[in-house]
Amino acid sequence: MSAEAPHVKGGLGQSILRKEDARFIRGKGNYVDDIKLPGMLYLDITRSPYAHAKITAIRTEKALKVPGVLAVITGKDLAAANLAWMPTLMSDKQMVLPTDTVMYQAQEVAAVVADSRYAAADGAAAVEVDYEPLPVVTNPFKALEPGAPVIRTDRKEQSNHIWHWETGDKAGTEEAFRSAEVVVGQDLYIPRIHVSSMETCGCIAHMDSVSGRFTIYMTTQAPHAIRTVYALVTGLPEQNIRVVSPDIGGGFGGKVPVYPGYVLASVASIKTGHPVKWVEDRSENLQADSFARDYHIHAEVAARKDGTVTALKVKTLADHGYTDAAANPSKFPAGLFHIITGSYPFAKAFVEVDAAYTNKPPGGIAYRCSFRVTEAVYTIERMMDILAHRLKVDPAELRLKNFIPPDAFPYKSALGWTYDSGNYAGALKKAMEIIDYAGLRREQAEKRRRGELMGIGISSFTEIVGAGPSHTFDILGLKMFDSAEVRIHPTGKVIARFGTKSQGQGHETTYAQILAEELGIPADDIRVEEGDTDTAPYGLGTYASRSTPTAGAAASMAARKIREKAKKIAAHLLEVSPDDIEWKDYAFRVKGVPTKSKTMQDVAFAAYTNHPQGTEAGLEAVDYYDPPNMTYPFGSYICVVDIDKETGQVKVRRFVAVDDCGTIINPMIVDGQIHGGLTMGFAPALLEEIQYDENGNIHGGSFMEYLVPTAVETPHWETAKTVTPSPHHPIGAKGVGESATVGAPPAIANAVVDALQPYGVEHIDIPIHPWKVWQIIHAGAPKTG
Amino acid sequence: MIPPAFEYYAPHSVDEAVALLRRFNGEAKVLAGGHSLIPLMKLRLAEPAALIDINRIPNLSFIQEEGTHLRIGATTRTNDLLDSELLRRSYPILPDAAQEIADPLVRNLGTVGGNVCHGDPGNDLPACMLALGAELVTVGPKGSRTLPVSDFYKDTFVTALDPTELLVEVRVPKARARQGSAYQKIEKRVGDFAIAGAAANLLLDASGRVETAGIALTGVGPTAILASAASGALVGQSPDDQHLGHAATLAGTAADPNSDLRGPAEYKRAMASVLTRRALDRALARARGGG
Repeated sequence: MSAEAPHVKGGLGQSILRKEDARFIRGKGNYVDDIKLPGMLYLDITRSPYAHAKITAIRTEKALKVPGVLAVITGKDLAAANLAWMPTLMSDKQMVLPTDTVMYQAQEVAAVVADSRYAAADGAAAVEVDYEPLPVVTNPFKALEPGAPVIRTDRKEQSNHIWHWETGDKAGTEEAFRSAEVVVGQDLYIPRIHVSSMETCGCIAHMDSVSGRFTIYMTTQAPHAIRTVYALVTGLPEQNIRVVSPDIGGGFGGKVPVYPGYVLASVASIKTGHPVKWVEDRSENLQADSFARDYHIHAEVAARKDGTVTALKVKTLADHGYTDAAANPSKFPAGLFHIITGSYPFAKAFVEVDAAYTNKPPGGIAYRCSFRVTEAVYTIERMMDILAHRLKVDPAELRLKNFIPPDAFPYKSALGWTYDSGNYAGALKKAMEIIDYAGLRREQAEKRRRGELMGIGISSFTEIVGAGPSHTFDILGLKMFDSAEVRIHPTGKVIARFGTKSQGQGHETTYAQILAEELGIPADDIRVEEGDTDTAPYGLGTYASRSTPTAGAAASMAARKIREKAKKIAAHLLEVSPDDIEWKDYAFRVKGVPTKSKTMQDVAFAAYTNHPQGTEAGLEAVDYYDPPNMTYPFGSYICVVDIDKETGQVKVRRFVAVDDCGTIINPMIVDGQIHGGLTMGFAPALLEEIQYDENGNIHGGSFMEYLVPTAVETPHWETAKTVTPSPHHPIGAKGVGESATVGAPPAIANAVVDALQPYGVEHIDIPIHPWKVWQIIHAGAPKTG
Repeated sequence: MIPPAFEYYAPHSVDEAVALLRRFNGEAKVLAGGHSLIPLMKLRLAEPAALIDINRIPNLSFIQEEGTHLRIGATTRTNDLLDSELLRRSYPILPDAAQEIADPLVRNLGTVGGNVCHGDPGNDLPACMLALGAELVTVGPKGSRTLPVSDFYKDTFVTALDPTELLVEVRVPKARARQGSAYQKIEKRVGDFAIAGAAANLLLDASGRVETAGIALTGVGPTAILASAASGALVGQSPDDQHLGHAATLAGTAADPNSDLRGPAEYKRAMASVLTRRALDRALARARGGG
């Protein structure tokens, strides 16, 4: 920006430093486990070693004799208060503690309350439980076979089938496939993975028996929704419930659900009258908290010989563990999986998903993606490469031939979404130019002649974020709007509160920048607060890249309401009619006499000291923003890999990410989101997975087995942007928290499969371990032609 | 992730440590770097009655040549192997391996003695010590003894070290002219246990033939494995492509891997061969005066 260009310090497009980092980098954050209340007790949990077993006895005597142990809570205690089961966000139900049967390894069996963390751990180890093992089902296909052991015997339907969901034009799609010139099909498995945020889950529950106030400090991404659920489930008056979400060390969807530990700490506090802290350890977090993915997908694409895609058909089996504890909008049990037509104008599409119970932990959460979008993008982007391979055309060429063109927006997809804006070819061409795609293909051809393995993979994803319009989106009936409350104080300083909750995304900075731009007040003078239900306006929280599309929009709208009132005060101060005032270059100016002006700070002072008679004093506004549509960020990623033929090791040599998230608020924060997201997309492509053996024993239940990438493995990310604003968002922003997690896995998988083309390979399931690559290379000499 | 209660002792001499080990008679564990022991305790897989912290015992941390041997003290940190000019010059297999052990945080605390005597087949230094023909010096209630490392590893987490004994030193035959050594390892992610690792140590005679050879493997069996047939096949031979390749194949035969998250057994066996060949090539280049 030139020196003369009018701007406000910390306004849109400026890479200002994050306000929250002053405390984070000094180790002065305030996380749940940092909070200590007077008289606080500690809770630990005894967990099941079996994946499926009858509980024949629980003996608590030894645990109660451990010095410092005050109480042991079992399922029977909870059943007496009708709290042994709780509802999930998907209207299924989940055990807080079992009364008779455990259904996955590491399930909560008893809770021990003690006066120290150490005594609680010793107490939990001293609880004696007798189990009678039951037959275990860990494979969802086997779970649906006749005669499979029924896991949820509490349900009327004596079956492991949970639900069937479908959307699209079934008959039309079948017809398109019948007349197709080319059909490609592929089974794809996206394994169970875990968000493994740096901070595990936990809470401090405090029932004050004198005041009747119940306060819970909680690692939650959605404090307001939690408060309402607590009110509805427990019958406590909502005004007496206070949910505080302090600093949160990463959520990624894993901190949306209500876990049994939260309920147990609450019950323990009610029972003892003391504050009770429960913070899970890393193994508990990996083994018992909600997983993500675990989709078994079969996809088919119909196309013409020239590569034009015509129809898409997808059949999926979702493994939900023992209960459907996903966190999807109510109408969509498979989330927004039907964004699966991606960046391409399929005329016909049909998607069906069935869900099954297995003896695994519950979940199906949206791990840094807007409800199953990762699964959708992986599928369509892998299928486009398979089609390119089958037709022997370059995968970039196939994409460029098929993309929905920029002038087709708003574009209505075959599965019912209305894409707001896009320029898909623009992003891909930019990525190809940065990485020198033509040069890489030449290098690859030369290397293939020498027998070396190098691959290039593309992913041109379309995201769907910002849930969402209230006509379509709710969770347990709560509409998915969000809110901002902005108050300008006499000296022109601002406190703004939001219904969302940052878990590291930098809301304190980006919301301040939106407000700075709208109000002409420097971002440094704007304080952003979230996460305390006593003070923040109601909102549905932060996940699904929804904060900027909803609460960010609410910030703009609230600021514009303030400007309307401020204009009248400015007119009063300038002694002209409000009609003669315009807001221009961050000040109220007399039309035609721009030097006659008042700043928002001038107006703010007047709002408390010299407001015009007949108007209210003060300067504040609240906005509840119900977005008219979702936003559709997109991008194109290109990955280059080299493969060690002897060991099967894959090395990502280059990775170029061109993202388009509409208007950019803070380029540095956007880049940070992309860097983190790419790393979280790289992880499941090459490293992370949670497996279970046939007895339901978890493999991947600690950081010794669950391999989160370190700085050593993580590639150097090259980022670039195109900007295609959202036409319906007040500042044109789309949300960017999840694009990279969603877009990266297929780029890497496509690159590896591309490298292995000499072996005739069309697909390898992620994570692509070295041994999988070695088996392909080892299985046979390169195929020719 | 909280261990049960235990007693803690911090002796200031080897004798004091051994007396404590004797007193607890198998119920105490020695704490050096703690990077294997503490996780086991936090998972309650190990529940020792006492920890005997040997970090305050003087003169257990050193790297020096003396007489016919290189001596490395038990509490020498992994990172010290990386920093030693002597090792880089004459025993490069040890800095090779140290570079592959986890990350700097672990290397700053983890010790040579702990790595060598823990008995985990995923540890990197056992294979190196086998290839180098090292000896272990221990002190117990009955005094000191010296054990060849080739007799040390009995099974996973089972070694010839008596629970009342303390490992105080590792001794490696002094490096000679025309000797070269190297360590190669692959892992899924830094800090993960090896998919496989291979250690090679070659001494050439004046004519350039192999005078002695040591080959050993990491992570492909219940213990680190000395691939004697592989090294035996090289002795007296010219270290050419054919002989090195044959030795690498024999090393793969010596491997006894399990299928697990790091790969199926046949893959690990193949990697034992691939890495042996790479380690031999590197060792040979070093024996010939290269890098």
